[in-house]
Amino acid sequence: MSKSNFTRRGVIQTGAIAGAGLALPTYLRAENHTGFTNAPGDSEVTLGFNVPQTGPYADEGADELRAYELAVEHLNGGGDGGMLGTFSSQVLDGTGILGREVKYVTGDTQTKSDAARASARSMIEKDGAIMITGGSSSGVAVAVQALCQEAGVIFMAGLTHSNDTTGKDRKANGFRHFFNSYMSGAALAPVLAAQYGEDRKAYHLTADYNWGYTTEEAIRASTEAMGWETVNSVKTPLTQTDFSSYIAPVLNSGADILVLNHYGGNMVNSLTNAVQFGLREAQANGKNFEIVVPLFSRLMARGAGENIKGIFGSTNWHWSLQDEGSQAFVRSFGTKYGFPPSQAAHTCYVQTLLYADAVTRAGSFAPCAVAEALEGFEFDGLGNGKTLYRAEDHQCFKDVLVVRGKENPESEFDLLEVVEVTPVDQVIYEPDHPQMGGADASLGECNNGA
Amino acid sequence: MDQIIVQILNGLDKGSAYALIALGLTLIFGTLGVVNFAHGALFMLGSFCAVILSRILSASHKVVDPDRTDFLGNPLEVDVFYVQDWFGEAAGAAIMEWAVPLAILFSIPVMIGVGFAMERGLIKHFYKRPHADQILVTFGLAIVLQEIIKYFFGANPIQTPAPDAFRGSLDFGVFLGYDPLTIMYPYWRLVYFFFSALIIAGVFAFLQFTTFGMVVRAGMADRETVGLLGIDIDKRFTFMFGLAAAVAGVAGVMYAPIVAPNYHMGMDFLVLSFVVVVVGGMGSLPGAVAAGFLLGILESFASMPTVVDVLPGINQIIIYLVAIVILLTRPRGLMGRKGVMED
Repeated sequence: MSKSNFTRRGVIQTGAIAGAGLALPTYLRAENHTGFTNAPGDSEVTLGFNVPQTGPYADEGADELRAYELAVEHLNGGGDGGMLGTFSSQVLDGTGILGREVKYVTGDTQTKSDAARASARSMIEKDGAIMITGGSSSGVAVAVQALCQEAGVIFMAGLTHSNDTTGKDRKANGFRHFFNSYMSGAALAPVLAAQYGEDRKAYHLTADYNWGYTTEEAIRASTEAMGWETVNSVKTPLTQTDFSSYIAPVLNSGADILVLNHYGGNMVNSLTNAVQFGLREAQANGKNFEIVVPLFSRLMARGAGENIKGIFGSTNWHWSLQDEGSQAFVRSFGTKYGFPPSQAAHTCYVQTLLYADAVTRAGSFAPCAVAEALEGFEFDGLGNGKTLYRAEDHQCFKDVLVVRGKENPESEFDLLEVVEVTPVDQVIYEPDHPQMGGADASLGECNNGA
Repeated sequence: MDQIIVQILNGLDKGSAYALIALGLTLIFGTLGVVNFAHGALFMLGSFCAVILSRILSASHKVVDPDRTDFLGNPLEVDVFYVQDWFGEAAGAAIMEWAVPLAILFSIPVMIGVGFAMERGLIKHFYKRPHADQILVTFGLAIVLQEIIKYFFGANPIQTPAPDAFRGSLDFGVFLGYDPLTIMYPYWRLVYFFFSALIIAGVFAFLQFTTFGMVVRAGMADRETVGLLGIDIDKRFTFMFGLAAAVAGVAGVMYAPIVAPNYHMGMDFLVLSFVVVVVGGMGSLPGAVAAGFLLGILESFASMPTVVDVLPGINQIIIYLVAIVILLTRPRGLMGRKGVMED
């Protein structure tokens, strides 16, 4: 009679040790060996698109997502290639990124910092996203950028206009293509002075959050440098819908210009109220009363209807631009979706291409290698003319569009007209500019994670 | 002084909206005993009735204009409106322009229908449940309704202008001897105030001077006794729910040109309207109206730059501060009745 030496406990122990031994190489390859978070396999790479799918900026988020899907399609060789053909760097060939097919996951920021961080974290930890991009709010962008810095992934910001994103809150792993409040002020002020004169008195209504503060600061500094005087500035709650209490005192304040540092629904409602209270027809100090909206968006302009006609503002990009890159993008986007893209869609599409391009030029997905490839990168053909990704603060520098609400729109998309393309030299600033956090602002160390 | 007059005027239209919503809330609470957190959503739905009718009236077909091109360079498809096809260019344009006032007629049957559906389909199952359950289910309903609206209309506000005749502002100051352009007040807000006053007077007259209203008031005072008299009070209360929904609806329609409708506007008004009801006194219709105007005007004053400079943030908390003071000094609110929500 033979006796078996196998025991239940022995089998489990041996199995556990053997299993751990077999799994070890995989573990080492995924994390320690490559030395960075979420190193992709040989066939696929996953990008994380973190956009507001619910909440007040859901329409912009939807447009951002359309642009991301289009970018992925083009990177994988689908469609007509869009801006791949016009991009000055010709390393992207429609075979994915470094030969890996591009996949994506999406998250919903809800335009709330905590929700945005949670969805970004989930995409990084559960879905293995190597890069996070998106957002339609500066508060969200700053919060997610900090998370990506800690996690060791690259953050390619979407629509975020506050100075702080690449100012006092800049991070080594974060990059912004969109313009900022300072640039809006620098581009707008000379146009406003030329249109309305240098002897003007401005009254600011400012959304009571991060973006509102930096925009007011930028517009005040630029217009005051042109000779304007700021007679008052009032902060308005972000949740405000009826601005009548804030608008009514403006006419008797001694001001002859109202600057609405508002975005989204705030802008639509405050502008509507201002028009209702007769500010467009009013006279003050012997001059026509005027209204200025520093940051325009076509999606928001549609909400404001007739009220935006003749009002000056600035924008990062507009579908009516005639350069090759813009036209290629509008053609791709318009053919796929039936309407022209917004500035939010444009910046998100471009950021995805810029990331893919940087990875390809670096020959690596390692965040620090990608960051190095992006730093100081000069490019063209993506819709804004010659552009520099400045190494010191990871901010793109390019021409800025000054726009005006169109008097006689020819279609529902034809709401803004470009009045001036302000050259980049006029909107550039030193990395340690006081509005950007001064000398204390620093990118910190790049983080590869893992 | 001119600023004080301006803020009183501003407070009147804001107060009108609070008063109308609070009136509907109180009607529902007073009759059915339900704390209806979906009432703000009814106001929002009313606003969207204006948007919907405006879109119906602007229904169009496409005609290709070979001389112009669209953003892709294809021949431009121009919208041709059916109302202009049917009634001629000028009459068609006038009909589209008057979409908001016409939407009042459109919204009344729609909102009564929505009210009936809400009450019969969902809320009646919660009459005997605790107030907490009622709040949870109606709050959930409000979220569902606003998500449905967002699905169909998007998240951005939708501009719904008043007819041209009511655009612009009245130089109110001139009547009081001030210089021109000192006190401006938009025509439509003036219309809104008088419209609200009319609706409020109509509801009170209905309750006060009709047999139906008398029975409803009797039912509000003592539901059991009225039932014992052989009157089907439940049916009348269901009608009151529909009426309250219609009041919220027309309030929303008329508010559409003041604040561009968006899916979230009901929530913005709901919390404040509940404070209005509590300050006015639970179950008191005159209390709800008085508190609506009082808090609307106080909120306007608190938003004056001179006040905010001295007390930053006061504009966001004034209503709650006043509510605390009133509830401390008059626990049943301004005109609250004994025994309401005290069992």
